[in-house]
Amino acid sequence: MARWSSWKELPIGNILPTPGSSAEYKTGGWRALKPILHKEKCIKCLLCWAQCPEPAIDRLDDDSVKINYDYCKGCGICAAVCPVKAIEMVMEE
Amino acid sequence: MKVETETRGIRTGMTGNAAVAYAVKQADVDVIAAYPITPQTVMVEKLAEYVNNGELNAAFVPVESEHSALSTCVGASLAGARVFTATASQGLALMYEILWIAAGLRTTIVMGIGNRALSPNINIHCSHDDAYAARDTGWIEFFAENVQEAYDLTLQAFKVSEDKRVLFPSMVNLDGFILTHSLEALNVLRDEEVREFLPPKEPVNPIDPDNPMTYGPLDLQDYYIEHRRQQAEHFRMSYPRIVEILNEYSEFTGRRYSPIKTYMLDDAEIGIMVLGSSAGTVRYTVSKLREKGVKAGVISLTLYRPFPVDEVREHIKGLKVLAIMDRSYSFGSPGAQLFMDVATSLYNVKERPLLFNVIYGLGGRDLTPDQVELVVNKALEVAREGEVRETQIWVGVRE
Repeated sequence: MARWSSWKELPIGNILPTPGSSAEYKTGGWRALKPILHKEKCIKCLLCWAQCPEPAIDRLDDDSVKINYDYCKGCGICAAVCPVKAIEMVMEE
Repeated sequence: MKVETETRGIRTGMTGNAAVAYAVKQADVDVIAAYPITPQTVMVEKLAEYVNNGELNAAFVPVESEHSALSTCVGASLAGARVFTATASQGLALMYEILWIAAGLRTTIVMGIGNRALSPNINIHCSHDDAYAARDTGWIEFFAENVQEAYDLTLQAFKVSEDKRVLFPSMVNLDGFILTHSLEALNVLRDEEVREFLPPKEPVNPIDPDNPMTYGPLDLQDYYIEHRRQQAEHFRMSYPRIVEILNEYSEFTGRRYSPIKTYMLDDAEIGIMVLGSSAGTVRYTVSKLREKGVKAGVISLTLYRPFPVDEVREHIKGLKVLAIMDRSYSFGSPGAQLFMDVATSLYNVKERPLLFNVIYGLGGRDLTPDQVELVVNKALEVAREGEVRETQIWVGVRE
């Protein structure tokens, strides 16, 4: 995402003039362990959605959830809080 | 020494603390954030009085630490306010990480430092440890020699920091107790004269909810080094503008300001370089030794960062020996802080004097004329022998 070709073009003061740009930074590449959601076990309690620090768990219209692997860093909190063990952490390939 | 009597302003008497606070009041600051307990000086106490009395319309934010004080100042400055804080020694040390942030985000904070020794042991008297420890952070650093300079440099610091070709925060250093608590005569400008010299701040990229920007975001391998490169270049380029503003103030007041001051240096073979209030003692001693035919001269710095490399190179021409006096000590370094600056500045100059470093006055120990004479005699010995046997000596210490 090289926007500037020289330090001379940078806005001064380390400012990033476009807000919300953190979405451009895909942190999924940091992941060592990958959460796998077993949908058939999910009871739609939304604990994982509420506690994901990223947040990289999307809540769908029917209160089911979807893991966003672009941003999931693989911390495993979702798997730890799931009361029915519907999320399994596996080694990232 | 020539005493200037025809300078602008009203003749009065103030301590260094009061003079800085008075200048800050006249600068009509918007926000003052400060930790009010030791090692704080009376600077902010006086400002709290001004705010309380209604003489200064500013937000006074008392906080729980110096770290928070400077953090508050960063936010206020980015929001567009004219901002002041003050601290010393341990307080400045506690601000250390925010010093870098204040400079990198190009805030225009002005900070008064009543220079005090760092612990241990608890001291509160003058050393330059605190100011030196901030030398790498991207702040402009001025050193006052007397109360008049503390007042004048505070006003100039606001103009320098807020100038669009500068946009870096400034420290005004004045020796703890020797200047902060000493009552001296000085000329203060009238309020309207200050307004003429220092117009209201025009913020650059202020925080604006309608035009949101990210300040200090994550900046990894992709752009961090370009940001540092830019800051380095802009800090370097601020130097000529700082000199212009010092000149402008000199013309406005009749009181001469420049990055470097020299005394009896023209035909000198021996030079002594010093920062802060000790310059007067060194000049006095040199003037006495001149009567005995000793060709000595004095260099003192008003601007410590950005370091006046070219001026130092210019002024050492003709000197055989230069003694560099540091009111601090840098453990394990090849010399104390000012010595390293000067040695680095001169290394690539072909005709340069022999250098040695003098450690003096730590923790408020008085620098006496006898000690200065000892330094001059040492310099004469080095000149005679043509070599430096001891790169660093201590004076005024029980050996």
